[in-house]
Amino acid sequence: MSTVQNEWPLWEVFVRSKAGLDHKHCGSLHAADAKMAIQMGRDVYTRRQEGVSVWVVRSDQIVASDPGDKAMYFDPAEDKVYRHPTFYELPKSLDHM
Amino acid sequence: MTASIQLRRAPEVQYLLRIADTNLILAQRLAEWCGHAPVLEEDIALANMALDLVGQSRALLTRAGELEGRGHDEDHLAFLRDERDYFNATLVELPRGDFAFTVLRNLFIATWSKLLWEKLLNSSDAEVAAIAGKAVKEVRYHQQHAADWVVRLADGTPESRRRVDAALDDAWRYTNELFGTDAVDEHAHTSGIGPRWANLQAPWLAEITAVFDEAGLALPKASGYQGTGTRGVHSEHMGRILTEMQHLQRSFPGGVW
Repeated sequence: MSTVQNEWPLWEVFVRSKAGLDHKHCGSLHAADAKMAIQMGRDVYTRRQEGVSVWVVRSDQIVASDPGDKAMYFDPAEDKVYRHPTFYELPKSLDHM
Repeated sequence: MTASIQLRRAPEVQYLLRIADTNLILAQRLAEWCGHAPVLEEDIALANMALDLVGQSRALLTRAGELEGRGHDEDHLAFLRDERDYFNATLVELPRGDFAFTVLRNLFIATWSKLLWEKLLNSSDAEVAAIAGKAVKEVRYHQQHAADWVVRLADGTPESRRRVDAALDDAWRYTNELFGTDAVDEHAHTSGIGPRWANLQAPWLAEITAVFDEAGLALPKASGYQGTGTRGVHSEHMGRILTEMQHLQRSFPGGVW
């Protein structure tokens, strides 16, 4: 079997829309290496002023939860509304918590 | 019926048109990659750069039209001139070639353009200086993008190397024109509107040499060939690119979106 890789690896792209906000996942692209991935992320995802900073990470480096574990992992939170801090009276000055 | 416009060839007008037209025609060549680039991401990158160049050209054409003083706006100047009234460097009108030729030409032009815009930041013409402020950021990226590709291709597979070598053979002699000297150029220097292009040659060679060192490419021998596009005398390719570029305005004079 040939070891020549004909396809560039896949990268996930995260863009920060402005200073102070967090980087948000906005899509993926193929690139030969990290520098090319950053440049292509810039070209593909920030050309309409969407961002001031780009992160890229190799898709195969992301560890994801197993969709099969969805019920066990996430469903139990459904009936725990008391975990939301919505039952406290907040002072008016903290209105935007 | 809208006939071709007659241009007043004042030196300051011609100087700005040389830069505007070099950007405009390269933009047209880069736009030809739209839908044809090797990968989608590169397709978008080349189209982005083409649009940057159109933007720079529009601003310069507008200013050139004002200095010309005959009421010609950017559209008149972009679409209603005859071939002899375009003053782009010959290099940019050559067919787009393969991807290696495209990125090598982009490297040559973007490096030149960056050095030129950096000088135009101090233009005696406030409008030109303001345009430079925006353009210089754009071309810095164009240069980096092109340089990275030249290094990748030159240092890549035997085929990519062969293509870069062939592109260099084709393009090199046309770079002389980017540093040509004449009365137009001298007038720009004297009036302070922009630098003598010859002054850009040493820093240009230094930057190209740095990229070539990284790519393992040798600078070709200096060529005696001097392009004539900046004087309005073009290669056989110019007529075709203008036919395509001007088609809509010639068929539907004054047409707008």
